[in-house]
This record gives sequence, structure tokens and C-alpha cells, in this order.
Amino acid sequence: MIEPVELPTKIGIGPLLGPGQNLASVSDKISGVVLNRKTTLGWIAGLFVSFMLMQGLLLGAGVLFLKGVGVWGINIPIGWGFAIVNFVWWIGIGHAGTLISAILLLLNQSWRNSINRFAEAMTMFAVACAGMFPVLHMGRPWLAYWLFPYPNTMNIWPQFRSPLVWDVFAVSTYATISLVFWYVGLIPDLATLRDKATKRFHQVTFGALALGWRGSAMHWVRYEQASLLLAGLATPLVVSVHTIVSFDFAVSIVPGWHTTIFPPYFVAGAIYSGFAMVLTLMIPVRQFYGLKDLITVRHLNNMAKVTLATGLVVAYGYMMELFFSFYSASTYEGFMMHNRMFGPYGGFYWALITCNIVTPQFLWSKRVRTNVPILFVISLIVNVGMWLERFVIVVTSLHRDFLPSSWGMYYPTVWDFAVFFGTIGLFLTLIFLFIRVLPMISIFEIRMLLPAQRVKEPVK
Amino acid sequence: MPQIFHHSSNTLSKISIISALVVLGGVGAALFELMADSSYATNQGVMRVQPVQFSHSHHAGSMGIDCRYCHTSVENAAFANIPPTKTCMNCHSQIWTNSKELEMVRASFRSDESIPWVKVHDLPDFVYFNHSIHVKKGVGCETCHGRIDQMPLVYQKNSLEMRWCLDCHRNPEQYVRPPSEVFTMGYKPPEDQLVMGARLVKENHIQKLDNCYTCHR
Repeated sequence: MIEPVELPTKIGIGPLLGPGQNLASVSDKISGVVLNRKTTLGWIAGLFVSFMLMQGLLLGAGVLFLKGVGVWGINIPIGWGFAIVNFVWWIGIGHAGTLISAILLLLNQSWRNSINRFAEAMTMFAVACAGMFPVLHMGRPWLAYWLFPYPNTMNIWPQFRSPLVWDVFAVSTYATISLVFWYVGLIPDLATLRDKATKRFHQVTFGALALGWRGSAMHWVRYEQASLLLAGLATPLVVSVHTIVSFDFAVSIVPGWHTTIFPPYFVAGAIYSGFAMVLTLMIPVRQFYGLKDLITVRHLNNMAKVTLATGLVVAYGYMMELFFSFYSASTYEGFMMHNRMFGPYGGFYWALITCNIVTPQFLWSKRVRTNVPILFVISLIVNVGMWLERFVIVVTSLHRDFLPSSWGMYYPTVWDFAVFFGTIGLFLTLIFLFIRVLPMISIFEIRMLLPAQRVKEPVK
Repeated sequence: MPQIFHHSSNTLSKISIISALVVLGGVGAALFELMADSSYATNQGVMRVQPVQFSHSHHAGSMGIDCRYCHTSVENAAFANIPPTKTCMNCHSQIWTNSKELEMVRASFRSDESIPWVKVHDLPDFVYFNHSIHVKKGVGCETCHGRIDQMPLVYQKNSLEMRWCLDCHRNPEQYVRPPSEVFTMGYKPPEDQLVMGARLVKENHIQKLDNCYTCHR
């Protein structure tokens, strides 16, 4: 019997694990959510609401396929409406997962151990939602495979000089690496579940998914090698994917898009929104599943710090946009910025500044960072703000074309909203299923944090 | 605790993963490619039954009627023209006037209603194609349509896939002939095709038009 050990309080706020945890309690606590715990009414209600919301996507996509993109509010000059706004928003949300799992792993940040699994799952579900939008926006989605360079009867390749093609590779690589990384990380835990399971069905399911993991030293060596390699592969993706997404805009010549600040500013924005989304999801989950000892206030505090730091980079990006519209001395740039602030969509711009620049400033205060309900509200506001940012970038840049005769307005229709909220439903449905059927916190990585695991080299 | 899986599952799972990748990926891709290129998809080589059993091999081959006698607008318009019944009746009011085969033609002439010919070479509506410029620049009828003078019932000789169009549009010297020889069937270039083709491309100012908007306007 292993005695519960009190962990020493670390620098910062509180320990990484709550008091009284040991090897057995960690495994029981996390695997119990999947294996033993009864399906709660709250979970069923949550899944039901998300599932109903997801029907909006089904309906919206169905109507879209029948009637074409005309059911959306897009027009000329605003050819990119909600679809692209949502695409960028979702793909940005995914970035926190990759940052947590890859970069923080390479930097030996052990606090990532209790949030990486969840964040990686969130990444994959967000990428799934994101990937849908360009396809839906295509007009003839059944020809989406034309995006890939495959031997075809037309004897042509996709336009490799177009950032939209780079996007296909960036996003599909990202989805693949995220999936593999997530699954490789799951294997030891799936084996734990297999060993703890008592029902035959659970044993066989988790056993098949564990791919014959026996936890031998050789397995662990290979596991460590694989996860380091995957982390190395995924690290550039944290930067490259959203850089390429920003190229979709920056490579064009539209005032408000054609900016060199876009790649770093988009990457920071992506991590910013991603961490906000991790907070939005983790705070209720740790509450309802009694995981406050595993996802402690210290984790929330750290994530809030990352949110603040990336939020400041984003704020710098906004300031540079403003500065360069003046410094470029281009009439069109100047007009675009003036129109963005005081034009018909001015309200959205100021809402975005409030959500993305003003709100995160509260995170300078340690009291705010450790106050869980306030942190939850701030994370929600940042999520909204980052959506508004993409809306402002896409719509206000397009709706005032170079020629006043081509000016227009964008009004989203009910089908725009149906598809948007539908993907939120899809995302939440997947999250609910994930926390029910898979260990949402990495069991073996938490066990590594325990003092019992700290094997010291004998002093000679 | 007893083993959950039999020892053989290790081998079985390895085989199934690899074979799933190979079978689904490889066979799927191969099938797709074969389907896309098949005559089922392109109609290449499929003989079409026409309302009147008109034989090009008889009229254009044995009789030696020039293509332009019926397809009058081929040199001046996008569409080569399906001849009106009156063109048939130019001869058939005099010969084979009692032929059963031709009853439909005479009926059409009397009633002034067109014979519902079946279109054999049907490009998609999103492709712009113009016969006149091809004829003027020296693309022979047979280059695209094959030996019409040997076809009892006309069929599509080539696939009409985009790569087939681009094959010539990117390197026209492989196929062009002197404009005077456009309507010749069974044309043999007097010198090496590539040498003659390169010269003709220069002489006749044949452009390598391979922009999207050349055909997709």
C-alpha cells in the first residue's frame, strides 16, 4: 500500500496536483470517469443539447447542397462570409492543443501533463469543424478532391502558387499530425483502461485500441522516441498552419489584407483563442468531474498567463495595422482603416477591441487569474472577440471595394447561422463523447508527476 | 488474469492494418482512375444508333462528298452544322426515291420537321469550342474525329477529356497540317511531322493557348 504523500508547494500558486494523491488514486480517478462512473443526467442533457445544435449543421448543409451558396449572405464584393470567418476561428482554436502538446513537451513544462490530452482532443475536433467550411464554401463540394494533386483526366495540377492550395496541405497535415500525436499519447492509457476494465466488452475494445501495449521498458523507450519525434514534427505546425491561413489574406492585394504583420499576428491570435477555449472547456469539466486536484488553480493561472501574453501580441498587431494604414500613405489603406472604425461595421471593430484588448488586461492581476468564475467569463469574452476579429478582417476589408460602384453590405442569413452554430454543436458533441469514452487526462503522465516516481540517481 | 486476446491477434492485426491501407488505398485509386478514363465515362468508341441509318463511310468515303457539302459552317462558325433535310433531298429527290430506309427523310421534308439526329461529339456546356479557328489553323477533321470516311455509324474516336485537348493545345506542332489539307482523310505528312509542325506553327501564327479562359469563358 502506497501512502498518500503531501506534495511540496511549488513556486507559483499551489501545486500541480492536489494533496493526498498517489499512483492508485490518480489511475482510479481518471479511469473511473470512463469505466465506473454512471452516466450522469447532466452529461446526457449536455450531449442532447449539443446534438440538437448539431442538427443545424445537418439542415444548413443540406439546404446548401440543394440550393447552392446563394442561401448564404455572401455576394460580390463580399465573397467570403461566415464560412471563412468560421474556418479561421476554428482552426485558430486548435492551435492551443498543438502548442501544449508539442512545444511545452519539448520545453519540459510538466504542468502540461494534466491538460494536454484534453487540449489535443479539442484541437482535433476544432480542425474537423474548420475543415468543413472551405468545402461547404466551394459551391460544388462533391468536387472537393480537385484540391489535391492527383493524376486526373484534365492533365492539370492545382494552382501551386495559390495560398488556398497551401492551405489544403497545411490543414490536412495538421489534422493528420494532431490525430497521430493524440492517439500515440493515448496508447498507454488505453492499456491501463484495458487492465482495469472488468466487462468483456470494455476489455476487448480498449485492448484492441491499445495495440498490444504491455508497458515493457522497450515499449516505453519507443513511446518516448515516437512522442519526441511527433512533437518535433508538430512544433513547426504551430507556427506554419496559421501563417498559411493568414497568407490566404496577406497574399492578395485587398487593403486590410495585404499586410506583412498578418502571419505573426494570426499565429498569436490563434494561440490566444485556443487557450481561451481550453479555459472555457476545462473550467466546467474540472468542476463537474471533481478533477480539481488534477487540474489545479495553478494550471488555470498558467493558461491565463499565456492568454495574456498572446493577447498582448494581438493588441500589438492591431496597433500596427492602424499605424501602417497611416504610414503607408495609401489612400485605400487609410480609407479602409477609417471605414473599419467608423463605417457601417464600426460597432464590430470597437466590440473586438473591447473583447480582445481591454478584457485580457484584467489578467495582469493574480487575483483575477486565480478566480475561477471570472477567468471563465474572460475566456468566453476572448472567444467572442477572436470571432469578431475574423469577421472584421473578412467583411470590412471586402465590403468597400476600390470602386464605390462595387460597394456592398454583408448580411448573414439564417443558413449562415445554422451552419455556424451547427459546428459548435458538432464540437461540443465530440467533446461530450470524448470525456465519456476516453481518459480525458493523461493517466501515466500525471503519475510521472508524483513524488513516488521521482527516481534519483544514487549519489556516489 | 487470463489473456484477453489469443496470441495470433498480434499477427492478424498487423496484417489487417497493412492490407487495409493497401487494399483500400491502392484498389480505390486504381478503380477511380479506370472509371474516369473508361468509355463508360467518356463515350469514346461507342457507336450511336441514329434515327436514319446514315453511313458516313458510304457518303464521305465511297462517294467522296466533301465534309463541307453538309457541314457548311465549319469554316466560319463555332458549330459545324447538322445539315437540314433539304441537303439530303438535293440528291435523294432524284435517287433512291422509293427506298424504305429513306422514308423518314422524305417524311421530314414533307412535314418540315427536323430529323432527331443524335449528337455524338457533345462537349460539356462549360467548354467553349469553335470549329472555324481550328480549321483555319490547320487541325484536320480526322485529327479529332478519326477516319469518318471509314465509319458506317459515327462514333467518338477520341476521349474528349481535357488532357486530350491540352495535349495539342500545349504542343500543337504534333498535329497541325497545312490548312489546304484539313479536309483530307488519311493524310500523310510529306516530311517529319515535328519538323513540318514546327514550321507551320510559325508560319500560321499558331498560339499555344493553354489558359483556363481560352476554353472556360
